[in-house]
Amino acid sequence: MELQKFQYDNEISKNFAVATMFWGIVGMLVGVIAAFQLAFPALNLGIEYTTFGRLRPVHTNAVIFAFVGNGIFTAVYYSLPRLVKAEMWSKALSKIHFWGWQLIILTGAITLMMGYTSAKEYAELEWPLDIAITLIWVVFGINMFGTIIKRRERHLYVAIWFFIGSWVTVAMLHIVNSFELPISFMKSYSWYAGVQDALVQWWYGHNAVAFFLTTPYLGLMYYFLPKAAGRPIYSYRLSIVHFWSLIFLYIWAGPHHLLYTALPEWAQSLGTVFSIMLLLPSWGGMLNGLFTLRGAWDKVRVDPILKFFVVAVTCYGMATFEGPMMSLKNVNAISHYSDWTVAHVHIGALGWNGFLTFGMLYWLFPRLFNTKLYSVKWASTHFWIATAGIVLYAIPLYWAAFRTYFMMSAFTPEGQLQYQFIDIVQSIVPFYVLRALGGTLFLAGVVLMAYNLYKTVKSGQFVKTEDAEAPALEKVYVKPKNAHWHSWVERRPITLLVLSLIVVGIGGLVEMMPTFLVKTNIPTISEVKPYTPLELHGRDIYIKEGCYNCHSQMIRPFRYEVSRFGDYSKAGEFVYDHPYQWGSKRTGPDLARIGGKYPDSWHFNHMLDPESMAPGTIMPPYPWLFEKSVDASTTMSKIYAMRKLGVPYPKGYEGKANSDMKKQADKIVANLKKDKLNISGDKEIIALIAYLQRMGTDAKTINTVE
Amino acid sequence: MKFATYLTEIKGVSIYPIISLVLFVAFFSLVIIWAYRSNSDEIEHFENLPLEDGQVSNSNKIK
Repeated sequence: MELQKFQYDNEISKNFAVATMFWGIVGMLVGVIAAFQLAFPALNLGIEYTTFGRLRPVHTNAVIFAFVGNGIFTAVYYSLPRLVKAEMWSKALSKIHFWGWQLIILTGAITLMMGYTSAKEYAELEWPLDIAITLIWVVFGINMFGTIIKRRERHLYVAIWFFIGSWVTVAMLHIVNSFELPISFMKSYSWYAGVQDALVQWWYGHNAVAFFLTTPYLGLMYYFLPKAAGRPIYSYRLSIVHFWSLIFLYIWAGPHHLLYTALPEWAQSLGTVFSIMLLLPSWGGMLNGLFTLRGAWDKVRVDPILKFFVVAVTCYGMATFEGPMMSLKNVNAISHYSDWTVAHVHIGALGWNGFLTFGMLYWLFPRLFNTKLYSVKWASTHFWIATAGIVLYAIPLYWAAFRTYFMMSAFTPEGQLQYQFIDIVQSIVPFYVLRALGGTLFLAGVVLMAYNLYKTVKSGQFVKTEDAEAPALEKVYVKPKNAHWHSWVERRPITLLVLSLIVVGIGGLVEMMPTFLVKTNIPTISEVKPYTPLELHGRDIYIKEGCYNCHSQMIRPFRYEVSRFGDYSKAGEFVYDHPYQWGSKRTGPDLARIGGKYPDSWHFNHMLDPESMAPGTIMPPYPWLFEKSVDASTTMSKIYAMRKLGVPYPKGYEGKANSDMKKQADKIVANLKKDKLNISGDKEIIALIAYLQRMGTDAKTINTVE
Repeated sequence: MKFATYLTEIKGVSIYPIISLVLFVAFFSLVIIWAYRSNSDEIEHFENLPLEDGQVSNSNKIK
């Protein structure tokens, strides 16, 4: 058989690796700043671009799409050509992919700080960027499949399956979740409203964790762990089961959580059995990684790369055990809205994604630059600093979560709530300090790594391309004896792609059907009316400032929530909410029924100087709302877009909207004047007060106790 | 949260999770059967793929 000569391009892997490190530092730094802001509100700096509500999305998006995203691409562009023994299909597409992605990240960070957000968690970027992401993702896909098609190795290694499955599913998730109606450049409304919007968003959110943070990194693990250990994966069979059960589990098994009560008995029993069985593939994956090092633990003791991999895989096991536990109703009652969720995702992000990335980078750089790692000792130090960082990060948050729960649900013997919300916030602040220190420690480790790798680069010479040779694929495939039917699929990447697409497509459809049906099944509450134009503007300011990052709008039917925040929320109350604003974290109190609880002047003073109304609060002031004016020229397109989305504004209301808006604003201005507060009616704060005072008043039944 | 009740009120909604559950069970069983019946020689070739990348220059083989 004739050997064909070809070259692996290291340039693109190097670029992505450097970007991974750069954005890792940026993303984590923003995270550390945001963490300190929670303890010291002065760090919000009193300007709009750096408040927690705007920085937190920058942090999450930077870590997910910039740090982990570039990490995925580093792994794919390095491993894929080597696994299929062919160079990447197109150098031009590789370049477009690289620079396009970095441009999206940069634009994303800037626009988020400027307040352009769709307010859907981990999908905050506005519609022009959503389109750009789609295009770049397609470029990546074409390049990947082009490479696979002209491969010289018939069998696709399991890591490639993970890459293909992730690519297909992320494409689907991104498109479905990003349905939105643009009303101007950089502003759009979600296609879905209320309950439906929430269901779509968390279908996306849950699966984004699965198919962006987990499956591509499993591909990374299945390639780099054997590479670093110098031995094949413990059980290839187990990895096959791991792959199929994971993509099936995440996309298909979702409805079990949602519709448990509607299921017949036999299906419930089967579901339970399977939920338990499904710990096997995740833990199977973890054990597969750990057992790969069987008999080589002496190597782990001296090799920091393997240390990073071992802890990463262990964190994967911890997080995948914790996740299902948190979906149990009684556990979720405690963990939801609390710091527990934050701790949980950071076990995943710092431990699993972070450590795997670090291991990969330490392994990769010496090879890309044909040298030895500058300092193995520093890499070991990094490992210990980072591990301590995770521990110091997570434990205070777990502690804080339980403390919050016990304080929130404490009643006096007389049946009154024992603690004010502000008491709870203040008792949690020391934990936020510890958490921020943990994060700082972790970041310090990354900086040490960056310096170590920089020195490594300096000591070596970049290997631009690497020569390789392999026989071409034979045109006619000779089936080995006893070959199994599945090898038929494995030899056909396009078939594999189409099959995975069908698998996740049907799965997605089956799971989403109830969600699409739900709209017509939410009992309408006749009192719930569309927002007035002023309230709509106020709501957009609420979205722009990222209030949902700290405040929920969803009161759960628990005694301690109802007596603290008001009557529990009904699905029918959110039918005009494009997008929904339930939030996922309660750093501040729930706002679902804030309307009418305080006078207008309270909100006025509170937004200007939160400390004056709520001593000890960690909310930052919003002075610019008192200077900037609402852009009344957008009212028409907002009303028009909302009607297009099904909000029943009367025909021709656009024409009257601005005069209605003025009337309502004048009323608030007059109210404020009574309390000796003078401001003109076109300021943003007036619109925000209008929205805050409206919230939850349509279907209010019980008065709040607090 | 009682939002699941709105979902359960949809007529015949339980058919969707049943479809997904049944298909999942069937598929999962097939994959397990396949994985454990597959040819050992082939598996050995597959699992060694990351370790043999056809590279001729040794620059990339630092131990």
